[in-house]
Amino acid sequence: MNHLQSIAEFQTWQKTLAAGWDDSKPCLRVCDGTGCRALGSEIVLAGLREEINRSKLDTPIEVIGTGCPGFCECGPLITVYPQRISYQKIKPNDVSEIVSQTLMGGKIIERLLYTDPQTGGHIRLEPDLPFYQKQKRLVLDFNGRIDPTKMEDYIALGGYTSLVKALTTMTPEKIIAEVKASGLRGRGGAGFPTGMKWEMCRTNVLKVGLGYIVCNADEGDPGAFMDRSVIEGNPHSMLEGMLIGAYAMDMHQGFVYIRAEYPLAVENLRIAIRQAEAAGLLGRDILGTGFDFILSVRLGAGAFVCGEESALMASIEGRIGEPRPRPPYPTDSGLWGEPTNINNVETWANIPIILAHGGEEYAKIGTGKSKGTKIFSVVGKINNTGLVEVPMGITLREVIYDVGGGIPNGKKFKAAQLGGPSGGCLPAEHLDAPIDYESLTALGAIMGSGGLVVADEDTCMVDFARYFMTFTQQESCGKCVPCRLGTKAMLATLERICDGKGQPGDVEYLLELGEHVKNSSLCGLGQTAPNPVLSTIRYFRDEYEAHIFDKTCPAKVCKGLINYTVIPEKCTGCLVCLRNCTSNAIIGAKQEVHVINPDLCTRCGVCMNVCKFDAILVN
Amino acid sequence: MIHLTIDDKSIEVPKGWTLLDACREHGFYIPTLCYHPALEPYGGCRLCMVETSQDGRKPRLVASCVYPCEQGAVIKTNSEMVVRSRRITAELLLASAYNSPEILALGEELGVKEVRYKLPEENDCVLCGLCVRACKEIAGISAISVIQRGIAKKVAAPFQVTSSRCIGCGTCALICPTGAFKFSEISGIHKETLPEPAYRRRYYRVGAELDLRPNFVLDVTALLATPKGEG
Repeated sequence: MNHLQSIAEFQTWQKTLAAGWDDSKPCLRVCDGTGCRALGSEIVLAGLREEINRSKLDTPIEVIGTGCPGFCECGPLITVYPQRISYQKIKPNDVSEIVSQTLMGGKIIERLLYTDPQTGGHIRLEPDLPFYQKQKRLVLDFNGRIDPTKMEDYIALGGYTSLVKALTTMTPEKIIAEVKASGLRGRGGAGFPTGMKWEMCRTNVLKVGLGYIVCNADEGDPGAFMDRSVIEGNPHSMLEGMLIGAYAMDMHQGFVYIRAEYPLAVENLRIAIRQAEAAGLLGRDILGTGFDFILSVRLGAGAFVCGEESALMASIEGRIGEPRPRPPYPTDSGLWGEPTNINNVETWANIPIILAHGGEEYAKIGTGKSKGTKIFSVVGKINNTGLVEVPMGITLREVIYDVGGGIPNGKKFKAAQLGGPSGGCLPAEHLDAPIDYESLTALGAIMGSGGLVVADEDTCMVDFARYFMTFTQQESCGKCVPCRLGTKAMLATLERICDGKGQPGDVEYLLELGEHVKNSSLCGLGQTAPNPVLSTIRYFRDEYEAHIFDKTCPAKVCKGLINYTVIPEKCTGCLVCLRNCTSNAIIGAKQEVHVINPDLCTRCGVCMNVCKFDAILVN
Repeated sequence: MIHLTIDDKSIEVPKGWTLLDACREHGFYIPTLCYHPALEPYGGCRLCMVETSQDGRKPRLVASCVYPCEQGAVIKTNSEMVVRSRRITAELLLASAYNSPEILALGEELGVKEVRYKLPEENDCVLCGLCVRACKEIAGISAISVIQRGIAKKVAAPFQVTSSRCIGCGTCALICPTGAFKFSEISGIHKETLPEPAYRRRYYRVGAELDLRPNFVLDVTALLATPKGEG
């Protein structure tokens, strides 16, 4: 790769690369994101390369490790080009069959295809998968197609042309106007209009002559991984967004604050930065235009609160990652007291798209005040766990049933938690609510960073709220009293209710504390921490009351409120449960009805899982 | 000058003042715990919350010690929302400092009738951060800091051993509102290793003269509670 000296050199290179990109060339694209790696994609990838080398094909077929295409449920994923045959849940011993049958013999291996749960039929091609039908993939478009460690791939598909467009044909004011026209709002959670933030920041930067640009990649919500996948799968899109932002706000230094728990994302990001620097797209005198931008990576050390912008800045500066009161806002006084613009990974990755298509064109996607697409990580009790990018305004029902494939085992949908531990849950009655910033807030949830945890009828909502409260309580920085002690008091109350020791007045106490923590905490973490509790009380108060007054857990989850017993009529005395019980709580002999001793029983549920005769009852 | 209304009284303050500055200047009572006039405001104890409403926005609570006076703001220092917030904050403080006379008095003043939740372990340190800030901003030493987070948070010297940077001035203990500060744990090392005798005398004398018993601390608390301009 040459160090590009001018715009013209870039354009020539871009044309060569684009001409060289050929989707009709046979190749294998294997997801090499963290999710698929956890399922063994590294072994599959290495195995495929080895097998292809060994089998001496007429034309060697390239095996490309890509970023996450989003269908994590069925990983490791392989797409066979040019047909785009989608193979799923690949095991290392499937490798030789794929090479001999599909690559050499041109046959499709049926058992590796996606099976439609409704019809039972196989779906051969990736574009036909129902999972992708209602998605609108702008930010995730290149994930699954390009090799994230190769800048050439990104450029071949049109990468960095938005930057070139900005540098050559647009003034900073024009860029900001374009971003404003797009209606883009911060994808990190609060949903502040990006263009407006940029404008405020630019005004301040022009006043003081200095400013910093920050990418917030400290994604920490349980079950949310869209930022990770964007950086892992297409790091240059975010870099390009930051470069455009830096140019628009006249800033020359930036930071990416990314959590150290994302090793692959950090690695791919560092590779991307090195490549961009080597190519002359980052650093001094970018493409000979005289525009400088220096970008460094800062690793977060595992504190959730450092995703809050003021704590994040303290951490970048090398101080304790604690939030500070606002105002002053970062746009006025941020890193080292200078104007600072902080945007989330997904926000940055949207910028090149907006510039490429124009703000007005982008604004055609979405609803009145929420424009564009949003990536959700759909997890929990759902068939198609994974990352989905959908247009704003889509209904929750479409995301859960059409994209997500519905609830496993024919269970009933109960609620969806939107916005992670800062968000709230939406019950079945709001399944048809459109997903946009305003309607979610009105219903007690938030867009948040895009975590979507699905709960089914077997989920206890008190236990569900307790889980999120445990998380925020552990992650509270402890600086302010309402968050430090209030979340602790709320968690203790929830734990008591789940243990069957709830008292009358507990719900009122939770509501009172929740309001207090929300209204009086210092930063966004505390101000949103009670949301899971408040929203579950709002929609599932009857479950709380069942725990407190009737001492029952309707979903049969809370261990302090359930008992396992043997149904004598069904028990055959097979001894299986007895042998599997880890606490020796089951008494019985062969062909005699077994009995569970409630004092020794730990309510682990193993007996119920192993019983072949459905003879164990939980109540 | 900034014009604003506090409890129906129209007042005027210079630009850059916080709401607490304005309230204390004009005689509105605001309880505080982590605030000290000699230190940068911290915004941690949340006792100084006041209600602000502006331009038809929904009334909300802000920490007066850090929130700037804004043109046309309408402030309430005693509304129902404010009173409730302060009362629950005091109740939460009593969840850990349940025998501290200062916090008990604070709770009584703010109307705490019952403490509904108590931590298993009593701790008089309310993490107001005054000691840490005093060490940094008054003594200029930064020998101590807060470590860990959430409920496990505490004040300590680096690596939780007696500090080699501490000069034994005692500012931290002097400023502690509840007398919880463990001075001997932090400053112990001076007895053996401070190399310069004159230096040691100069600072250590200040420390040695300190009476660390609660009655002294009570005096400090009383001093800190004096509204600006009367002291």
